[in-house]
Amino acid sequence: MATQVTDATFDATVLKADLPVLVDFWAPWCGPCRALGPVIDELAVELEGQVLVVKVNVDENTSAPAKYGVRAIPTLILFKNGEVLDQMTGAVSKTAIKEMLAKKAVA
Amino acid sequence: MSVYDSLIIGGGPAGMTAALYMLRSGKNVAVVEKLAPGGQLLKTAHIENYPGFVKPVGGFELADAITEQLMQYPHERITDEVAAITQESGLYLVRVGERTLTAKTVIVCSGARYKHLGVPGEERLIGKGISFCALCDGNFFRGQTVGVVGGGDAALEESLYLSNIVGKIHLIHRRSTFRGSRIFEDKVRETANIALELNTVVAEVQGENEVSGALLKDVHTGETRFLPLQGLFVFIGFDPEGDFLPAGLERDKSGFIITDCEMRTNLPGFFAAGDIRSKMCRQVATAVGDGATAAQAAYTYLETLHG
Repeated sequence: MATQVTDATFDATVLKADLPVLVDFWAPWCGPCRALGPVIDELAVELEGQVLVVKVNVDENTSAPAKYGVRAIPTLILFKNGEVLDQMTGAVSKTAIKEMLAKKAVA
Repeated sequence: MSVYDSLIIGGGPAGMTAALYMLRSGKNVAVVEKLAPGGQLLKTAHIENYPGFVKPVGGFELADAITEQLMQYPHERITDEVAAITQESGLYLVRVGERTLTAKTVIVCSGARYKHLGVPGEERLIGKGISFCALCDGNFFRGQTVGVVGGGDAALEESLYLSNIVGKIHLIHRRSTFRGSRIFEDKVRETANIALELNTVVAEVQGENEVSGALLKDVHTGETRFLPLQGLFVFIGFDPEGDFLPAGLERDKSGFIITDCEMRTNLPGFFAAGDIRSKMCRQVATAVGDGATAAQAAYTYLETLHG
């Protein structure tokens, strides 16, 4: 399962991480977010040691989504050394996410 | 390598029903779904026209119930995307991620996806002000000015939903009349913060890192004007989810699969069910009916293979 990150833990867990981090901005009532859920959880396991996969609930945490201009969910943002490398929006496939990670040479 | 009796592509209502019927007939089945099971059910808040539910049933709830029922019957489930389908010695080879699966029959239930506008600025600004889901993203535009594009039920219903959240809505529609239900249209016309921009299309979406507005074009005069907006919600219909479909499969002008009333396509052993089919009525109830019919047709086809 992907770990839940909050506004309070975002800097330490995401921006200061040694590994690249894939953040899934989601909400429990959002259908496409729910559709993407199992894909994110599977990736968290498959990419262990290469990419940290975490989730931010935008209902409970508003600063991190606002800071990164998240205006649609689900949005996936890939971070490395505190910088945004790439992002995707919508319920996308595992293959599409892996292609993004490969393009940015993180997995 | 094992050969499936039936490979079902898509885990929405049509695919899950087809799988249920095949499994109950004792067939060996795999279901390929790129996301969680449920398909468009997961994007639907409430369903009021599915028989058997007196009170509106939540899309999630119905998806979970069908999934739970299906999981009683052992079968393989693959969470990934189909890349291509080819035929070899009477079998179908289906490439999924890095694997190639072999099946005697294929039932395609891959559904439909939101149609994009196809105008400059759109792809770049999806998720940065452009949305295809009012329920998901409405809250990000609380008190702001947004556009809604479309003239069917979806555009009207989503405008009504958004009217309670956002400050102002411009409903942009290329015709002077709406295709959607009268009941929604009347409500839209009565809603104070919805302005109608009729005979108008979006020519371009503008904005650097987020939507700043849309360039609107009058379809009669060709005149353009800039409308400042913080968000743009697009509900202009669906395209078939069928990039992987084999060459030689008969499809209609819009790319939906042509079948007979038993869900058979022009390719032997290849069936289609649900929204991916060329048809008029796309509902949960019809998807479920298609799925059951396709499974029965596939079962009959498998029987003929054994002579």
